[in-house]
Amino acid sequence: MDFAFLIDTMQKLLAGVPLTLELTFVSVAIGAALAVLLAVLRASFLPCEWLVRAYVFVLRGTPLLLQIFLIYYGIGQFAEVRNSFLWPFLRQPYWCAILALSLNTAAYGAEIIRGGLLAVPQGAAEAARVSGMSGFLLYRRIILPLAIRQALPAYGNELVIMVKSTSLASIVTLMEVSGISYAIISETYRALEVFLCAGSIYLVINFLLTRAIAQAEAWLNPHLRPATS
Amino acid sequence: MVKISRLLPALAVAVALAVPAAQAKDWKKVVIATEGAYAPYNMHAPDGKLIGFEIDLALDVCKRVNLTCEFVAQDWNGIIPGLNAGKYDAIMSGMSITAKRLEVIDFTRPYSNSPTTFAVMKESPLAAMPDSGVRVSLDDKAAMDKAIKDLAPALKGKVIGVQVSTIQADLLNTYFKGVTEIRTYPTTEEHDLDLQAGRVDAALASTSYFASTLSKPGGDQMKLSGPLFTGGLLGKGTGIGLRKSDADLKALLDKGLNEALADGTIKTLSLKWFKVDISPPS
Amino acid sequence: MATYFTLIGFGPNGWGWQLAYATFLTLSVSACAFATGLGFGTLGAWAKLSGSAVAGRAGDVYTTVVRGIPDLLVVYLFYFGGSQVMTAVARMLGQQGFWGLNGFMVGTLAVGIVSGAYQTEVIRGGYLAIPRGEIEAARAVGMGRLLMLRRIIAPRALRYAMPGIGNVWQQVLKESALISVTGLAEIMRQIHVGAGSTRLPFDFYITGFMLYLMLTTVSGFAFRGAEGWTLRSERRA
Repeated sequence: MDFAFLIDTMQKLLAGVPLTLELTFVSVAIGAALAVLLAVLRASFLPCEWLVRAYVFVLRGTPLLLQIFLIYYGIGQFAEVRNSFLWPFLRQPYWCAILALSLNTAAYGAEIIRGGLLAVPQGAAEAARVSGMSGFLLYRRIILPLAIRQALPAYGNELVIMVKSTSLASIVTLMEVSGISYAIISETYRALEVFLCAGSIYLVINFLLTRAIAQAEAWLNPHLRPATS
Repeated sequence: MVKISRLLPALAVAVALAVPAAQAKDWKKVVIATEGAYAPYNMHAPDGKLIGFEIDLALDVCKRVNLTCEFVAQDWNGIIPGLNAGKYDAIMSGMSITAKRLEVIDFTRPYSNSPTTFAVMKESPLAAMPDSGVRVSLDDKAAMDKAIKDLAPALKGKVIGVQVSTIQADLLNTYFKGVTEIRTYPTTEEHDLDLQAGRVDAALASTSYFASTLSKPGGDQMKLSGPLFTGGLLGKGTGIGLRKSDADLKALLDKGLNEALADGTIKTLSLKWFKVDISPPS
Repeated sequence: MATYFTLIGFGPNGWGWQLAYATFLTLSVSACAFATGLGFGTLGAWAKLSGSAVAGRAGDVYTTVVRGIPDLLVVYLFYFGGSQVMTAVARMLGQQGFWGLNGFMVGTLAVGIVSGAYQTEVIRGGYLAIPRGEIEAARAVGMGRLLMLRRIIAPRALRYAMPGIGNVWQQVLKESALISVTGLAEIMRQIHVGAGSTRLPFDFYITGFMLYLMLTTVSGFAFRGAEGWTLRSERRA
């Protein structure tokens, strides 16, 4: 084992961690907002429900790799798109990656949130209505906290999956952890060692993330905590 | 409890399924890796077959030295580690012979040589870069310094697309780092797509490759610009990449290539695929 | 529109046959990977349920590591690492030359092992959902371990695990796209090659979209049918 090489590789790869995390959190944030919107739309009137179902069906039925290619290279084929107001965003690989990742996670997120909303006991909502809460207040105080508590474990999984998915951003020239690993391999031709280093970085990030999610879960479920003393 | 003896047949099947990628004995069959995305050196026809200058040349050379040659498509990214891991025996993928690559693999003699230059869109401000069409050797320090000084103002702040792990990427990283933004792509085809889409201002590749780009749909909107770079880290032309341990295979292929060069086959094939002669000096 | 159909059609300059074959390859590599994943998943679930601390630990490490690393990296690790390990083993056994796995086998193994980690949880959940009383009853009537596994545990666990297994299959289908990096000419690879060489990326990527949607939809129906079949003896409300 060439430890000097491994240490050097690790240092170079760690420089990509901020971008990996940024891609994850920005796209999960946008995706989550979109997911809430989709879940609410789906629960509303009929044409909306069909549209949302179609969206979820298409995004969950195709590989993310293909979605990124379609958004990055596919859309750029049309002069109309290149001349539109969207182009300043779409011409940048960063925003294309964010767009693809957000749209993808929104489809999965919408289903998770729907599951969470369905799990809110009818009685809780009724009791709140009886005590005079309505509309926004009802959502803010009762439905959303209960739904989020229910959806958090699944959303935690989604976050871990998104960290892994950002590795596909390298194919549109972004230099996150995977992108840097390809660059190092292209200079040293030592694929196995570099991929092992990159893999362990993702593993550590996801391990820490899983821990943090478990903490958040415990905090959101105070009634499940063991009694102290 | 599963007994080890029960696992053994399963292991035997797994070993039998594994394919020996190459034999060390006397060479009868050679598996050659190519990218299949670097026209006209190598590319995919609509029926999925690999075609191109290198495929024709390999068939010719293999016939001369009584070898059966088989091509496999392999991503450029990782094509050298794959050779050293024994996934195939040779690389013919427009790969230039450079000092850096010679540290990890061996090469036959060169079979083609063409300079490196920029491609830009016709209406781009870079359409007429300084020193366009002038040959600049990287070995000639004075000429190179002048070329860099001439080009720097034009390229300042521009985005240049280049294929990862190529001599062209080395050139940009060595001489233009900090002047331009360098964006690396898995294939040359992808930087062409981004040049046409306007995401990069210029692309850097070999003139022989761009010859095919300009003849493709949308290629009439593009043109070559800037100096024609040769020498130095750009190497001595493209050769067949081989493992260092396969000196016998190198001797065979060198013999075949020398014959093909001597009787004008390489020139004929070059004219067929590139429309110009890019055969190297013998 | 007409040019699009010439492009993906079966004519002399069309990519139709290529895409049809690519679809067949995607299906077969996915099926092999799925079967491999079922094997690994069963092993993993067994390890986690065995009650043995060592086996349980091993099962945990397997699922944590595999689910923590990007699938693309797993494919690459098998592609490059597999050859190095196998060549070393072959040398130890006195074999010469290089040994390795082709793209199809790398894909089968890599995607199989990744999906096996998800399969582990699905199968474990299926087993845990079996009412304890049924197992006790089987034991009471004197069934041996194997007979009980065949008659009671496997069919019951399958019934509960079926929806999850269907989800894993969909995931395998989509993940098979990553095998394209090994050069295996499945849908993703062929679409990418076509996009690059014709300079018509949109036409090809949208075709790929439809091919994958077709596969996920059709197999989705098949799995829903299978789900119904496992529930055939269930009492309906």
